[in-house]
Amino acid sequence: MISFSPTEEQQMIVNMVKQFATDEMRKVYRECDESGEIPQRLIETAWGLGLVSSCIPEAYGGAGGERSVLTGVLIAEELAWGDLAMAMHILCPSLFVLPILEMGTEEQKRKYLPMFCGAKFTAATAALIEPKFNFDPNALATTARKDGNTYILNGEKCYVPLAAESEVILVYAAENGQTQGFIVEKGTPGLEIKEREKNMGIKALATYELVLKDCRVPKENRLGGDKGCDFNRLLNCSRVALAAMAVGVAKASYEYAREYAKTRVAFGEPIASRQAIAFMLAETAIEIDATRLMAWEAAWMLDKKMDATREASLVKLYADDMVMTATDRGVQILGGHGYIRDHPVELWFRNGRGFATFDGMAMV
Amino acid sequence: MIDFELSPEEKAAIEAAHKFAEEFMRPISRYYDEHEHEEPEEFIQKSMGLRSQGGVFGLGVAAALRVEEFCWGDAGLMLAMPGPGLGGAAVFASGTREQIERFLKRFGEDKPCWGAMAMTEPHCGSDTAAISTTAVRENNEWVINGEKIFVTAGKRAMEKSNGLTVVWATVDKSAGRAGMKPFVVEAGTPGVKVEKQEKKLGIRASDTVTLVFDNCRIPFENILGSPEVRKVDKTDTAGFKKAMATFDATRPIIAAMAIGVARAALDFVKETLEKEGIKIRYGLPRQKLTALERDVMEMESQYKAAKMLMLRAVWMMSQFKPNNLESSMAKVKAGLAATKITQKAVEILGPLGYSRKYLVEKWMRDAKINDIFEGTGQINMLVVARRILDFTREQLK
Repeated sequence: MISFSPTEEQQMIVNMVKQFATDEMRKVYRECDESGEIPQRLIETAWGLGLVSSCIPEAYGGAGGERSVLTGVLIAEELAWGDLAMAMHILCPSLFVLPILEMGTEEQKRKYLPMFCGAKFTAATAALIEPKFNFDPNALATTARKDGNTYILNGEKCYVPLAAESEVILVYAAENGQTQGFIVEKGTPGLEIKEREKNMGIKALATYELVLKDCRVPKENRLGGDKGCDFNRLLNCSRVALAAMAVGVAKASYEYAREYAKTRVAFGEPIASRQAIAFMLAETAIEIDATRLMAWEAAWMLDKKMDATREASLVKLYADDMVMTATDRGVQILGGHGYIRDHPVELWFRNGRGFATFDGMAMV
Repeated sequence: MIDFELSPEEKAAIEAAHKFAEEFMRPISRYYDEHEHEEPEEFIQKSMGLRSQGGVFGLGVAAALRVEEFCWGDAGLMLAMPGPGLGGAAVFASGTREQIERFLKRFGEDKPCWGAMAMTEPHCGSDTAAISTTAVRENNEWVINGEKIFVTAGKRAMEKSNGLTVVWATVDKSAGRAGMKPFVVEAGTPGVKVEKQEKKLGIRASDTVTLVFDNCRIPFENILGSPEVRKVDKTDTAGFKKAMATFDATRPIIAAMAIGVARAALDFVKETLEKEGIKIRYGLPRQKLTALERDVMEMESQYKAAKMLMLRAVWMMSQFKPNNLESSMAKVKAGLAATKITQKAVEILGPLGYSRKYLVEKWMRDAKINDIFEGTGQINMLVVARRILDFTREQLK
């Protein structure tokens, strides 16, 4: 039966995350963007909500909650509405946890999942993006070559969130032309974490370039062991997460611009009383809803274990464009004020542009 | 629970509609486009057979998805299919139980029968509150005078069958919107005449006529809703708003129609490309996609976006949730998406697209109406804008 109603449980989680986003994230996001730092206290509070760990089975020390891409999508939107950089930081361990949970060997699950069931935030991440304009997750320049009982990794990665503080990094590399994941633990020789990157947006999120130079990992560290991983599915789980986050960012900008347009008076009436402004807002509202529903459908398919490559790719591309248009209009509606950092629309505008670049930087 | 799975019954109904479209609509699509005003008798008879499958129209998700399939077949012919249509929807939305029984019963009988709605007048379209057709009460009757244009299925409803038309008229011009009321005029009523059958850009199998009311007398009980004019002041538009609620039910259906035409074009483009060995490579980064792939993917996303909004609006209606905002959103998006998708299809296909040998150029012409009737894209955008801003029509003109 077609339905657009989240379950009661999902609604409860959404409300909780929305509350957190309003009370915590929205209070400090501007400061964080300026300073490049997120208060550890906020990260710990978010960790306490169990957004990452709740789906880890009890056998590995987790809460044993249901793994649902759809629920993840609902959460991702609310977090990104609060602040994108923080949302990516908070969900960053999922980049490691979810692939292990879904595709890891029993041994990998037993070794790594308990690390994420503690009371404190444990950083872990994944390295996918490479520093070139035509980066393609299915045609990586980073290579993995088998050598006896080890794999040798070589290549360069960028936009790796929290790389410096991560206990483990899931490095994606091409093995005979096929993308596979490799678990690289902190301090592995040949893994070099470069200086923190300076980006146009998501400035509060610490991202890094990595260099892998003859970096050897045991063959047991190949995600999924001999079977390998279903990389396509992981990519799709990332695409819907990012699409939902784009919806969250777009919504933040849209709401702010809408309230501004209702109160800003020009020529004797609020600017929202003019169709030129009102129609920009109406169109944005329509596109936000359409994108959200497309993300829901793709996530729903992933929960059904269907191949959602088409749906996930389409909504990701659509969301990339949508969020740029929406945040651009946010700035435009505020006019000169939109350009000033006293208002948040320029921040969302900078963050919005990033989605076309952010492949594999979030996962649900 | 958020769910996109159709029930087996719904799936079967949609498949049956698709099969009907493929077998009985596509083969005659071009003929009735080029022979405007010729009656597709055989097709109409065939359509009567659909009633056992839940009919042509109806409310709910499956009904809307069936409309998509029929319009994938042919949007003009879909509008020629017998059924209560927009007039029926208005009766259903604002009629009493007795009226629903009295007026809608005919659509379940064996003879083809159509319902129509008459709103637009020569001097006003979107500005519906400016209509000048009048209804004056005389004892137990209403006397209607005026002229209505662009009445979809008006001829079939009033001349070719025992159908009906819901006519919007004012009982008190000074009361503005509050004075506007819908009246049911049945076929065969003296004083109503079908005039000028329009020649159109597209949906040519659908009849579009002018109805002239000249001292047309109908029973007092044929008014839908209350006859009272609540004239506290001119801004009291409760009656008007309630009547406009009909559109909340019909706009998602128009969206479904648009989506059906759009998918016809999209399917044709993809099939044509596949024959040439071009498969759309989903999942490739945008820097690696060809311009053609990006165009097709954009068309497909637009289709998906519109369809999702349509499904939500229809689903809300089936759950008896107010869907005024969502139905207008769906209508805006679908009208525009279908317009763009079909135009792009003609462009992509080049000589094949522009030729009347194929149906793509027809779909482009057919699609355009969805961005116009039942509220233009701009009027619906205005509805959306007022709703999201919580502005009255005075605050946002």
